[in-house]
Amino acid sequence: MAKLSVDIHALNLKNPVTMASGTFGYGDACTDFFDPALLGAVFIKGLTLKNRDGNAYPRMAETTGGMLNSVGLQNKGISHFISDIYPRIIKLGTPIIANVNGSTIEEYVELSTRINELEHIPAIELNISCPNVKEGGMAFGVSCPSAIAVTEAVRAVYKKTLIVKLSPNVTDIAGMAMAVEGAGADAVSLVNTFLGMALDAESRKPLLSTITGGLSGPAIKPIALRMVWQVYKAVKIPVIGMGGIMNAADAIEFMLAGSAAVQIGTACFVDPMVPVKIIRGMEEYMDRHGVQEVSELTGAMEK
Amino acid sequence: MKRIEDLRVKDLRWLNSSAYVLELEGTEAIPDIHPGNFAEIRVDGQPEVFLRRPFSYLDCNAEGKTLKFFVKAIGKGSRKLGDLQKGQTVNLIHPLGNAFSIPENTKVLLCGGGTGVAPFIMLGRELKKKGNLVHIITGGRTAEDILFTEEFETYGDVYCTTEDGSLGERGLLTQHSLFSGETADYGMIYACGPEGMMKAVAAMARKWSVTCEVSLENLMACGFGVCLCCIQPTVHGNLCVCTEGPVFNTNDLRWQS
Repeated sequence: MAKLSVDIHALNLKNPVTMASGTFGYGDACTDFFDPALLGAVFIKGLTLKNRDGNAYPRMAETTGGMLNSVGLQNKGISHFISDIYPRIIKLGTPIIANVNGSTIEEYVELSTRINELEHIPAIELNISCPNVKEGGMAFGVSCPSAIAVTEAVRAVYKKTLIVKLSPNVTDIAGMAMAVEGAGADAVSLVNTFLGMALDAESRKPLLSTITGGLSGPAIKPIALRMVWQVYKAVKIPVIGMGGIMNAADAIEFMLAGSAAVQIGTACFVDPMVPVKIIRGMEEYMDRHGVQEVSELTGAMEK
Repeated sequence: MKRIEDLRVKDLRWLNSSAYVLELEGTEAIPDIHPGNFAEIRVDGQPEVFLRRPFSYLDCNAEGKTLKFFVKAIGKGSRKLGDLQKGQTVNLIHPLGNAFSIPENTKVLLCGGGTGVAPFIMLGRELKKKGNLVHIITGGRTAEDILFTEEFETYGDVYCTTEDGSLGERGLLTQHSLFSGETADYGMIYACGPEGMMKAVAAMARKWSVTCEVSLENLMACGFGVCLCCIQPTVHGNLCVCTEGPVFNTNDLRWQS
């Protein structure tokens, strides 16, 4: 029987298939469909210090092979999360990883300090790549000095596994990964969405209230795969890959390009069973190819 | 409980040049479906129609294990879905969303504009079952848009308006004489259709001090509350139409401002 478990720094996952932040709620939205304990981990919806209503409707536009969103980190803030959501999700049987957002370094630090105290959250994903907020977010993730500054500041207060989520909206993603590695990140996850735009020729109007938004789905997969490979070659810390993964073959390709684990996102909107199908497909692939441990696939692309 | 299942196309019948009824058949019992609920139908999964499309149930026959959807072919998804042939299968996530409130022994008014009449066959049946006196008014551009009148007549009194005057009273739905009174003795008003029409009905309901529920059709990516794309501003903040709706009490919507 193939061994699916992987380690991301101090974090042990029963398998490398995890849910991307913002695409699976707080981990318990799909319990009618499958047991979330099957998952390697769930990266929960992005948290901020205070309540955020998010951006105005419309926030979503379907595009060829994907979709744009400009949700804008709608959530009720960390205090509401700790009192109302955290108690109900810690028994789901899968690691819950908090996605942390701020508009200033101080906010990132305060949020990370509070999450550090939550016993059942073993890791955070530092989101310096949200393209849909006016302040902070992606602004931190598109310049090396600010990415280093926020990562160092959070590293100083956060004692568990620190994953930094990278933006693809940069010219040198490997350089960004090396910068946050040097600043103390234990792992990197990539890619967040690509800044995109859609409009309607007939009405001459943009399809999103914010005009621009983040592109996800299979349309971005080749670019995401290339970025994962570039980052894998540049850093020593584990890489968590994502970007348009729709099936087991896609997930295995991300592993071969250098991912230690993968995140499933937009695919869940189309078919919530995709993560379960990927876990089964991965096992089947490993049996067929005589792979004993899934970690053997990481970076195993043959040139 | 929500489920994901493949259903077989039993029939696809075009009602006019742009609208059809899709009838699906399952092999297992149809889940518990309430008036107002909807299903997310996977069209074909191809890049051009990547996301599912949400549709209210037109009807459900639990014994016959069949479901019906009323679809207006206006976009890429609804047109593509119209290409389905008998015997093909489609994948549904359902039932989703909340349901209309069902009062007892009162007089109710159902206002449907265009495809907005879709949930009213199930709603009218349920309302009649609970002893309500049902009025149904439908509005359209022309007589071709006025559909399901025979079904509605089995539940109550049916009225209609057309913009060209080809059937019923001429004008918009809320210009019908039903709305001419300063007061009305309805216990509940329901509206489903274009937003302008629902807002106009909601304004009449407010004037008459009658509770009004509307079914919203905001763009959705997932349909089960994880993407946060279909939000509607309400007095309780931004709520997901797919999980907190699609049915909303108009007092909770920020429509007056």
